[in-house]
Amino acid sequence: MREALDQWLFVYAAVGVTLVGTLVLVASSLLAMRRAEKRREESRRK
Amino acid sequence: MHGFANPARFLRIAKWLTAPLLVSGLLLSFGAVAWGLTQVPPDRLMGDTVRILFVHVPAAWLGMGGWSAIAIASLMELVWRHPLAAIAARAAAVPGAAFTALCLITGSIWGRPTWGTWWVWDGRLTSMLVLLFLYFGYIALSSSLAREGQSSRIAAIFGLVGAINIPIINRSVVWWNSLHQPPSITMGESSIDPVFLWPLLIATLGFSLLFGGVVLTRMRAILADMQAEARLRRKALQAEDIVR
Repeated sequence: MREALDQWLFVYAAVGVTLVGTLVLVASSLLAMRRAEKRREESRRK
Repeated sequence: MHGFANPARFLRIAKWLTAPLLVSGLLLSFGAVAWGLTQVPPDRLMGDTVRILFVHVPAAWLGMGGWSAIAIASLMELVWRHPLAAIAARAAAVPGAAFTALCLITGSIWGRPTWGTWWVWDGRLTSMLVLLFLYFGYIALSSSLAREGQSSRIAAIFGLVGAINIPIINRSVVWWNSLHQPPSITMGESSIDPVFLWPLLIATLGFSLLFGGVVLTRMRAILADMQAEARLRRKALQAEDIVR
């Protein structure tokens, strides 16, 4: 028996997970860099 | 390569490269995925699910590429003692693990409508899962060594030994029976129709540029943390000397 699956649901799920995961990775890396560079500047001033 | 051994020179180049890599990577990868979703026709056998190709293949490429980068950086650290090699390897680990996880998740989502199952314990899927666990082990080991201020040589050896898994992943669909299809793109040849191949190549290029941008961002973060730590330690020692 053949299942009637909506193929687009699987496409949207795969693409959504990848794009959100990529954006989270980029944003978290940028935030970590900003935080570390700010800490370096503060250590220079102390 | 030794020209980049000076962290100050490396930081100058990295600062100049980070934003162009991230912006061009985001534009190319997201544009190619949009192209794949809207302009590419459904496949004769897989139907619309073929569009998962444009995120699954770049994720697989970068999962394996990330560990290859760790192995090359580890070799440079062990043989040439390049001062930035350990930092580059540490910076490639988290994005490599992220793309390996994305490859496994998107592959599982693709497997359900095409194979009728979310997961099978065959050579390709299992070796890719092993790669994810290797990443977890590497991240835990290299972070704990950095936190304790110990040499990163053990992590470098782990990075080199773990590279054995890369050819196993690559050849797994040839060596063992698998639901996963055999390689569609080999050296200089492709069995993929150009209508799918072009957006796939552009998506792979875009995600690779993004990966490069993320690695540079994380290297800058690690270097800034190390410089702040060293400065604070030096000041604490000077303060101790004054008190005495």
